[in-house]
Amino acid sequence: MRARAAGWLVLVLMGACDGATDAEGRPLAAVRVSAAASLTDAFGELVTAFERATPGAFVVLNLAGSSALREQILAGAPVDVFASASSANMQRLVEAGKVSGEPGSFVRNRLQIAVPSGNPAEVTGLADLAREGLLIGLCAEGVPCGDFARQALERAGVTPSPDTYEPNVRALLTKVAAGELDAGIVYASEVGSSDGVDGVTIPEQHNVVAAYPIAVLADAPNSEGAASFVAYVLSDAGRAILLRHGFAAP
Amino acid sequence: MSGGRRVQRIPAVLLGLGVLGLAVFVLPLIGLLARTPWRELPSLLGAGVVSDAIGLSLVASLGATAVSAVLGVPLAWLLARVEFPGRALVRGLVLLPLVLPPVVGGAALLFALGRRGLFGAPLEQATGLVLPFSTWGVVVATTFVAMPFLVITVEAALRSLDPRFEAAAASLGAGPWTVLRRVTLPLIAPALASGLALTWARALGEFGATITFAGNLPGRTQTLPLAVYVALESDRDTAVALSLVMVAVSLAVLVALRERWWKAL
Repeated sequence: MRARAAGWLVLVLMGACDGATDAEGRPLAAVRVSAAASLTDAFGELVTAFERATPGAFVVLNLAGSSALREQILAGAPVDVFASASSANMQRLVEAGKVSGEPGSFVRNRLQIAVPSGNPAEVTGLADLAREGLLIGLCAEGVPCGDFARQALERAGVTPSPDTYEPNVRALLTKVAAGELDAGIVYASEVGSSDGVDGVTIPEQHNVVAAYPIAVLADAPNSEGAASFVAYVLSDAGRAILLRHGFAAP
Repeated sequence: MSGGRRVQRIPAVLLGLGVLGLAVFVLPLIGLLARTPWRELPSLLGAGVVSDAIGLSLVASLGATAVSAVLGVPLAWLLARVEFPGRALVRGLVLLPLVLPPVVGGAALLFALGRRGLFGAPLEQATGLVLPFSTWGVVVATTFVAMPFLVITVEAALRSLDPRFEAAAASLGAGPWTVLRRVTLPLIAPALASGLALTWARALGEFGATITFAGNLPGRTQTLPLAVYVALESDRDTAVALSLVMVAVSLAVLVALRERWWKAL
């Protein structure tokens, strides 16, 4: 009985080591990627494809609002790659000397109004967000989707009365999908990849296009792995996955 | 001991581990104090967002404590005094919010009491009341998370109460309601008070269930912990100032409790 348990243990340990060695059999360190919450689905698929294309590599994904990730990195979290939903958050890291080299844009994303399936409140545009009696959600200030939404509303000359400021785009989308909010401003890529949500287009002259920057960090514990991950994101294979998730080419 | 008041010898291992244990609590506090912008503190705490959050936190936490008292004491009495099948299960249900991640509690509340929820939809039709994104929603979410503290404290006190006091009162002709009001409640008053204070303290610190169920809007649903969380990403000085308020208030309550009530338990 005990011998069998030991045998299992050895098998498990071998399995654990198996995925983490390079061609020479040396153990590979994880690539720690901090990515904006809006990249949740796209990066999930992208990481799987990267790991398959790069023998031995494995990625640890940390997904949250870009501003939260920025604060973690500023506070010294061991991160290799930062993929932000706004250049403002990346710029803060560049100014703090936390970025190695120049950040590169890898996708663009535009805004859309997310409404619950079937659009029960009959929202047709930004002006409806000022309508009495509707429950409206935005992302909080400082979170990219919140800052971009404010810009779009300003361009459209609409002063909404939001009922909640959500900490990241996913939290906002969840409440719209649950039907608890009548509308919220999110990224077009989010609307395409979510169940229970329909999108209402924001016209070009009011829309804000977000360019997503990605960079290897100066203090990256695994800068080699980080560089190969960034290269994969910028490659044709990587871009194809991102486009499939509703993002636009940079 | 023959040597009178000798200094007790403290085993080095215990001392080392104990001090390390204390460091777990003290180090984050030192970090917070080191980051505090003392000079700007008065103006930071005077900002509208801050006073809104403090006011709302007081209203919501006291509201949750009141609801917990009205509903939780009877529940504790039933659990302590009435034998019924499945009592262990009911007790487990009551304690569940203590171990459940508050975010899960918030999501469950949304499914049950949200606008599209199982009970929330009929509630809106009947009364027009929508709980999510309202201050009532904050009270419901914090009550869900905090009330178990009151129920367990009061139930434990009721169980350890000598039943002869109540029996004597009843034999002298007091009805059950009078016994409860004049004998039982006064006897468990210290436990009730500490239960209420713990409930209030937990309600004040509630975050996960509130942001999940009630959302985050300054002046309506943004309590102190939510304001800290949001400010951390946009305005760190305000976040630190708010955190300091929470630390001061919580510490004051706990120290006061220690003096007045914990000894009675």
